Amino acid sequence: MATSVSARDGGPPSPDAPPSRPRPARSEDAARRRGRLHRWDVKAAPYLFVSPFFLTFAAFGLFPLLYTGWLSLNRVELGGDPQWKGLENYTDLATSEFFWNALLNTFTIGVISTVPQLMMALGLAQLLNTKLRGRGFFRVAVLAPYATSIAAATLVFAQLFNTDYGLINSALGWAGLGPVDWESSKWPAQIAISVIVIWRWTGYNALIYLAAMQAVPHDLYEAAALDGATRWRQFVSVTIPSIRPTILFTIVVSTIGSTQLFGEPMLYGGSLGISGGSGNQYQTLSLLMYEKGWVTGALGQASAIAWVMLLLLLLLGAGRVLVARARARRTKLEG
Amino acid sequence: MRTKTRPSSAGRPLHAGPLTYVLLGVATLVSLFPLYWNVVAASHSGKRVVTAPAPLLPGPKLLDNLSYAWNQVDMGEALINTTIVASLVAVSTVLFATLAGFAFAKLPFKGRSMLLALVVATMTIPPQLSVIPLYQIVTDLGWVDQLQSVVLPSLVAAFGVFFMRQFLVEALPVELVEAARVDGAHSLRIVWHVVFPVARPAMAVLGMLVFVQAWNDFFWPFIALTPEGSPTLQVALAGLGAGNHTVDHAVVLTGALLSTVPLLLVFAFLGKHIVGGITAGAVKN
Repeated sequence: MATSVSARDGGPPSPDAPPSRPRPARSEDAARRRGRLHRWDVKAAPYLFVSPFFLTFAAFGLFPLLYTGWLSLNRVELGGDPQWKGLENYTDLATSEFFWNALLNTFTIGVISTVPQLMMALGLAQLLNTKLRGRGFFRVAVLAPYATSIAAATLVFAQLFNTDYGLINSALGWAGLGPVDWESSKWPAQIAISVIVIWRWTGYNALIYLAAMQAVPHDLYEAAALDGATRWRQFVSVTIPSIRPTILFTIVVSTIGSTQLFGEPMLYGGSLGISGGSGNQYQTLSLLMYEKGWVTGALGQASAIAWVMLLLLLLLGAGRVLVARARARRTKLEG
Repeated sequence: MRTKTRPSSAGRPLHAGPLTYVLLGVATLVSLFPLYWNVVAASHSGKRVVTAPAPLLPGPKLLDNLSYAWNQVDMGEALINTTIVASLVAVSTVLFATLAGFAFAKLPFKGRSMLLALVVATMTIPPQLSVIPLYQIVTDLGWVDQLQSVVLPSLVAAFGVFFMRQFLVEALPVELVEAARVDGAHSLRIVWHVVFPVARPAMAVLGMLVFVQAWNDFFWPFIALTPEGSPTLQVALAGLGAGNHTVDHAVVLTGALLSTVPLLLVFAFLGKHIVGGITAGAVKN
């Protein structure tokens, strides 16, 4: 390695080097060339190093993103040529009850999976942030669901939630409660799907919170304790404000994740998965997009749904920026 | 990266009381029970799994189900495909992300902060937005059911670039890079002799995280590959689970178990490092 590199560093004399120069000037020339090479290397290397990311993104991210936008303005069948339709795909969505149903389902499943998940993760992190025997074991144990794929987790939970023979209804029976229809009733089905999401991600988020909690200076707790604050009070008034940026980070990541929910509802429903259950009661935007594109074959409409998802994320992002700005202004006024 | 900036008085935790252990015990139980039950279900006949109440203890059919899943449904081939895909994606992501992360962390160049912001912004773009044209491209190239259709779009990811940059900003003294330059080393040589040795722990962690993610990836592989062609484990599982009502659920869950066990083994042996990696990747404000 080293020899080949240094050989290239010195470089063989390039053919366009003036041959008539006297000898001492040659080494000077080589030095200048080396300097030029060096300068070129310093200038170009950073771009070379970041280029694989941007090339991959351009080919498999940006170009498809824009092309999807263009397709959304056309009528496109699988394998056919696009036909210009203007905004018709979008106006069709606006009047489609399937679209509004999917949008609402994405929102409700997003809320009932994200909110309990992050709150439980906070509590779990607080528990793990103590002097603890076997903390390594507990950490790996709560992270184990993260190692399970969406497909595997969903197939297991679909059995546990089965209305007729699933263990969850059996347990409810042993507790003296009636069985719940976890498949065809809207809210139970949405809750079951949320449970899969919560199960897979709570431990992961708890570890992120734990790392943030460990960076909170202990003096703050000592001061709070001197002021007579209980452990709960310390959690609310010291821990939470101190790790606010991390909480915000997990909210953003989970929100993005929940707008894309696809595998859980699809596999949870078995043969009814793509339509999100017998009455579309848990069809998400991603599922509707897949159904439009790959079952109905209407790729233009599917593209319009994809772009609506992008618009939703942009709206959420804009909302976040506004909130942050308002808060900054408030603290400025107070300070 | 994690411990260096922590004030000396930070992180002195309270002692755990009995209630803490009880609650953590419950959390552990909830985390592990579905995995345990997956083993139970994979060791019974399909009929027993769907008889109320579902079994709670392991049965005698594990080997039968395994051999059926291996020979009749070809989970073995899916396992190999998944290993190939996840390994290629992990290796290329680690390599390219380290190069890009190094450039963003330590090399001055025009447009650096703008390009870095762009990298971070791309993390929020959902895969749904590119799937339709990607599918058309893959179809036109005749790549449906070919593993490269899953590998190529994942050669490098924004998360990896950002992760390596965060690590190298603190872990790599800029003097080391400058000294190597003064000695006449060119950039690739600096990467090989200075950056890679410093970055090795972060590269290992990133490699594991990306491997797990690629192993479990579902949405795009489900579109680009078919259960009948050369599926990854997740696609094969979707094919098993989404079928009609004559599905043998014990076999489906045996497949699920086969797809989970390799990663669980990785976690059992490298759990500490993965825990460290997840927390290191996320908590940098």
